[in-house]
Amino acid sequence: MIKVIFFAALREQLGCDSIEISAENANTVTEVKITLGQKNDEWQTYLANNSLLCAVNHQMVNNDFSVKSGDEVAFFPPVTGG
Amino acid sequence: MDVTTAMNKYTEISIQAEDFDHGFEVKLLEDNNVEDGAVVTFSGRVRNNNLGLMVKGLYLEHYPEMTEKLLAEIIDTAKQRWAIGRVKVIHRIGQLAIGDQIVFVGITSKHRQDAFAANEFIMDFLKVKAPFWKKELTELGETWLEAKNSDKEKAQAWSK
Repeated sequence: MIKVIFFAALREQLGCDSIEISAENANTVTEVKITLGQKNDEWQTYLANNSLLCAVNHQMVNNDFSVKSGDEVAFFPPVTGG
Repeated sequence: MDVTTAMNKYTEISIQAEDFDHGFEVKLLEDNNVEDGAVVTFSGRVRNNNLGLMVKGLYLEHYPEMTEKLLAEIIDTAKQRWAIGRVKVIHRIGQLAIGDQIVFVGITSKHRQDAFAANEFIMDFLKVKAPFWKKELTELGETWLEAKNSDKEKAQAWSK
């Protein structure tokens, strides 16, 4: 399984802070997004947002980064701290 | 590196809901630190206006497992680039009111140039890299703030 977590505006848009998905057919960040988008049209739209950032196991990564079972994948909007 | 020098080069990062005492933080940077002549601090506070709207408060969310690690990476980069001594970074999370302190960056160095530059560098990268998100409460309701291009450009300018 892959643990996927969401933050800030995205968390509120999806109404979800964390979900587990099967690692099958989710070998890259892009494929994780595709798998999540199959949930419904809203999820597909919000996850298609190009400005979303992704971290795998607390490391910032690109969409083609490989993921595997046991990984923690986080999606979030551009950061606004400080 | 002798013991005194090692003691004077510590880095401390704190992500906290509680407020902090600016004066006390400056004292900590200065205590038993006679080799650094410069102390540069920055603190950011919640202002009552943004984009033409009256702001009533701010909520700060973060990615706990990642925030400190990213701030440490930013500070390490600054340490490689400038000769700085002590570094203290505080960032608050949770519900904040107008005038509340949000962030503190304090740096010591032998001479002012290093501490000035490193302080600005750390703030510029904290703004665009550290996983914090601000939700603003204004007269029109609650909105998540959008990242600013000007902040991105400011950080990119350091690699020119």
